[in-house]
Amino acid sequence: MTELSASPRPEHYRQPVDAATFGIVEKPLSGWERLGNNGAARKLALLLVLALIWETYARWLNNPLLFPTFTATLSAFAEATASGVLPGRALTSLRVLLIGYAIGIACAAVLTTIAISTRIGTDLLELLTSMFNPLPAIALLPLALIWFGLGYGSIVFVIVHSVLWAVALNTHSGFLQVSNTLRMVGRNYGLSGLRYVGGILIPAAFPSILTGLKIGWAFAWRTLIAAELVFGVSSGSGGLGWFIYENKNQLEIPAVFAGLFTVILIGLVVENVIFRTIEVRTVRRWGMQT
Amino acid sequence: MTAIAGSAVPLLDVRGVTLQYKTRDHLVTATYRVDFEVFRSDRFILLGPSGCGKSTLLKAIGGYLSPVEGEIRLKGEVVTRPGPDRMMVFQEFDQLLPWKTVTENVMFPLVASGRLAGAAAREKARDAIAMVNLAQFADSLPHTLSGGMKQRVAIARGMAMEPDILLMDEPFAALDALTRRKMQDELLQLWDNTQFTVVFVTHSIPEAVKVGSRILLLSPHPGQVKAELNSLPRGDGASAAEAHHLLEHRIHALLFADEVEKERVLS
Repeated sequence: MTELSASPRPEHYRQPVDAATFGIVEKPLSGWERLGNNGAARKLALLLVLALIWETYARWLNNPLLFPTFTATLSAFAEATASGVLPGRALTSLRVLLIGYAIGIACAAVLTTIAISTRIGTDLLELLTSMFNPLPAIALLPLALIWFGLGYGSIVFVIVHSVLWAVALNTHSGFLQVSNTLRMVGRNYGLSGLRYVGGILIPAAFPSILTGLKIGWAFAWRTLIAAELVFGVSSGSGGLGWFIYENKNQLEIPAVFAGLFTVILIGLVVENVIFRTIEVRTVRRWGMQT
Repeated sequence: MTAIAGSAVPLLDVRGVTLQYKTRDHLVTATYRVDFEVFRSDRFILLGPSGCGKSTLLKAIGGYLSPVEGEIRLKGEVVTRPGPDRMMVFQEFDQLLPWKTVTENVMFPLVASGRLAGAAAREKARDAIAMVNLAQFADSLPHTLSGGMKQRVAIARGMAMEPDILLMDEPFAALDALTRRKMQDELLQLWDNTQFTVVFVTHSIPEAVKVGSRILLLSPHPGQVKAELNSLPRGDGASAAEAHHLLEHRIHALLFADEVEKERVLS
């Protein structure tokens, strides 16, 4: 190249400067900057702002029967918690919820494993999800009441219905997205059947599976509260939905809000503590999600 | 080397292998009646332009697809399915399991195939990782490593298994030029230590001449054997470089002679 130009260009040599001479190479961030980087702190600030808006609006409206203030809701919440009514109801709801959720996930696991290993299984899963996923769980409640009677059986049934399809659909689409290289690696190791699903497919599809689990959890809650609102009480102890319904009938509106508040609180804890911990320990650590 | 090997039974025997695969609209013949033999401690190169079916051929040796004609025998047994006696090193960087650390990645096939367990597998994995100079990254997760380091882990994983044959599918193609040269040198060093048998797919003539001990040239669409050559003994200095250049030119002429003629006819 230099032959083309008229005169050869000179070569340069330089000595890099010692890093100590240019001030900042690395400096810790200030306390505020680090607080701003903390997702929990940001969300807590947002919650405070939302509570403030609620309080201001309720005071301005001044109609405790329609929209009680945040403080009134809090005191109703504290009262119901202290009397042990609310924790008991929440526990009843959670127990039913977890049973339904676990059965739903187990069914989804069986269905997707069949779907991934055979073609007819894939067809079956696709057909079933397209048939039942759009069907609201509550629409099945009348049937469930006939089949399982007025009790937990019916509620568990509708929860399973609402969890199963969401989890199965997400898990299956996650399996399909696993890169071909990873599949070939798994087969290269001589893995097959359940060992292949457990050793390669499930971890590789974990981001999608986790999304499915989150959606399934939310669906389960909605279904549970709705089902409890419809008939709620059985053998003496109802759940949160029943708590809300009962207090509405007695026009204890702050207590109604306290019931809703509990649902929200449990949702926040599950999403931001349990699911977040799983996420940080798995997909984030593995670099599959940023 | 081939003189010694020639008297022995081949480790891998590929006889008249025709491979076909289906795309959405076509049935494609990837290779047509390909024959070759790989002996123990060969660094056997499959070389050809893109579309000569060399990767498909390697996948067939790996057991991922079966030939429509002919057969592939490893130690006298017909290859029918993938297995840990033929460890693959892929081109893609995502071949490591992202949820396992470097050590766990190297251990996993040892444990999964039931060859070793527990501390013994860990020990073996540590040794293999030390061989590719990654000891200080043994507990890192793959996404924190560079491309070259990931490929080294994949090579360590393959070597730890001590497979009959190591299958490498353009393992350095996605690396930058400097890293690629370094990896080629390291691979040759590893070979000096353990003399493993490797089948190596590449489309780079200099890489083939540098890495290989024996080179199979394939013609494209469909892949057919054009020549099987001995590569040069390794060595530094001007005369070795000169000899490498000559061989590269010879291979280039062999691979692209037809095309030049075709172009002449057309013009």
